[in-house]
Amino acid sequence: MRAYKPKDDVQKKSYYTDRYWVAPQVPTSQVEDDAVFAADLAAIKAKFDVSEAYIQVEQMVVYIKPEDNYGVLELLRDELGYTQLSEMSAIDWIAKQGQFEIFYQMLSMSKRKRLRIKCFIDEKQAINSVSTLFRSADWSEREMYDMMGTIVNNHPYMKRILMPDDWEGHPLRKTYPLQGDEFAAWYEVDRIYGKEARDIIGPEIRDSAEVDRFDSKRFSRLGHEVPMGYDIKANGEPEKGLEYQEEGGVFMIEKFVEDDAVIIKDRKR
Amino acid sequence: MQQPNRLRPFFENITFDREDNEMIINFGPQHPSAHGQLRLILHLQQEQITKAHPDIGYLHRGMEKMAENMIYNEFMPTTDRMDYIASSSNNYGFALAVEKLIDVNVPRRAKVIRMMLLEINRLMSHLFWLATTALDIGAMTVFLYAFREREYLMDIIEDYCGARLTHAAIRIGGVPLDIPDNFIHDLKEFLDKLPANIKDYEDLLDKNRIWLMRMEKVGVISEEMALSWACTGPMLRASGVKWDIRKEEPYELYDEVEFEVPYSDKGDNYARYKVYMAEMRESAKILYQTIDMYAETVKNNETELMAHAPQYISAPKLDIMTQNYSLMQHFVLVTQGMRPPVGEVYVATESPKGELGFYINSQGGPYPYRLKLRAPSFWHTGILTDLLPGHYIPDVVSIIGTTNIVFGEVDR
Repeated sequence: MRAYKPKDDVQKKSYYTDRYWVAPQVPTSQVEDDAVFAADLAAIKAKFDVSEAYIQVEQMVVYIKPEDNYGVLELLRDELGYTQLSEMSAIDWIAKQGQFEIFYQMLSMSKRKRLRIKCFIDEKQAINSVSTLFRSADWSEREMYDMMGTIVNNHPYMKRILMPDDWEGHPLRKTYPLQGDEFAAWYEVDRIYGKEARDIIGPEIRDSAEVDRFDSKRFSRLGHEVPMGYDIKANGEPEKGLEYQEEGGVFMIEKFVEDDAVIIKDRKR
Repeated sequence: MQQPNRLRPFFENITFDREDNEMIINFGPQHPSAHGQLRLILHLQQEQITKAHPDIGYLHRGMEKMAENMIYNEFMPTTDRMDYIASSSNNYGFALAVEKLIDVNVPRRAKVIRMMLLEINRLMSHLFWLATTALDIGAMTVFLYAFREREYLMDIIEDYCGARLTHAAIRIGGVPLDIPDNFIHDLKEFLDKLPANIKDYEDLLDKNRIWLMRMEKVGVISEEMALSWACTGPMLRASGVKWDIRKEEPYELYDEVEFEVPYSDKGDNYARYKVYMAEMRESAKILYQTIDMYAETVKNNETELMAHAPQYISAPKLDIMTQNYSLMQHFVLVTQGMRPPVGEVYVATESPKGELGFYINSQGGPYPYRLKLRAPSFWHTGILTDLLPGHYIPDVVSIIGTTNIVFGEVDR
């Protein structure tokens, strides 16, 4: 019987983990420890539901409801001085709880503080676009959709940004294998030559470490060269590879003689 | 009807029977002054741009995906391939993020060496920027001069780590090597000549009529626009926001060195050019100070280069070769990788292009659960959507030039 491999997370796993090993935690502290963050949190709490808030590695993390994202970011920008949305993206928790975690990384230049607004959405649940508040979210949300497949409402130009427009699947999901899926392997063949050429060309080799000893088309087989398309399996390997070098070295290129060489100690800077 | 699945270009953005005078052209993805694989879809009325859509992704290698399938130390050389003009600053951003996650203290000597590398990288990046932008505008001389100076810096870096472009010169927890004997001497020699060199560039460009016409009042980014588009680095500082992470949220020993943060409130191409030039001078100032700091660590006999955290970071080579337990730990750290604690961290550093951030979500495993690379060039490309309309075609080249985008970083 084949070993069972979970399909919902196909990313690389550690080959060995001690059974008694317990992962330590990055220490967190109370929001009350920092006066600036405490005031910000109080302002958010006055208007919106906050399920959890703490400080981790000098930054405050606030969990809100997904439908409040626009309101909270507007409050942060207009009243609390968080004028820049440095970064936003999603984390795939579908295998664990069927949800995406969205985070907004905010920066306040006047307070010199950074905080992270987070919320959970279900796999098919849509989140409101904040690109009218921060133009940077325009591209971030496109990237988030492209990579994760999270649905964003009210976005002005929702389109894939990094992958081709007709790509299938969302590469950063945990269900997506590192070397791409079936669709990825046939993508270029289908687009360039058409589906009818599949049998002739074959799928794209997407494993960059793949080496086929009998392949006489893709690789040069350095030192064991054969003519292109030569059938090595049927005809056997030639005793010696093709000779390219002329007898006694290449014409017009002088042999390097170390005694005649000039060594420059230091070049003028 | 076009048939896209033949070896034949597919003009998805062009309709040939338009009623109005609008013309749509592709700028790139193979345009030499697009600084890499940028495709701009430009809607034109005569020579004036009415709409611009930057199309990116031609260099997408899926680094975030790769990071999820690699141990932390394995990912370090991959970060080189982001901003490949100044690769040590990417190495550093990643190393700092992991160090914050595992909470280790880097020895002082390693910090000094890192600062040297970072500032050398900043100079390399700015010189490269000046060279390519000047070439785009047509100033061949500046290109050759600036590349000459950059060559010397690459020699210095090569003396340190053996590589010229993709350095991988920084490790999580410190630096792998001490600087070689001739390093300080060469660096000083270079720095002594740099002010004269920068003056040469400025003499060539500052009052050059062509340069001024292409730069002044072209590509004006207002403060609100720069903030809203998450612009950072010289792009933001040229728009009137005096924000440098080295100054505001100091990391390493940047709080111990003296330097100014150049900024301008004009926001046009010329302002950005001036900010880059001024930053080169400030970098030189910092480098002089780090040379003194290095001499101090030598005097105080602080020889450690890597942090001491046996759980996460391999012991020094001498210990590995002589002590059994260090060897065992080294073996586990190399084969299985370090396992940072459960938690998340976002660390921003001031790379030559702007705010380079690494968001890492660790679930206690040897691979990051999620790693988000916040590359400044991504939004510096995005801002072209709003910036280009109203400009003319030649301005596109100079605007792309001064945004200083690198596509290894945009597409990741």
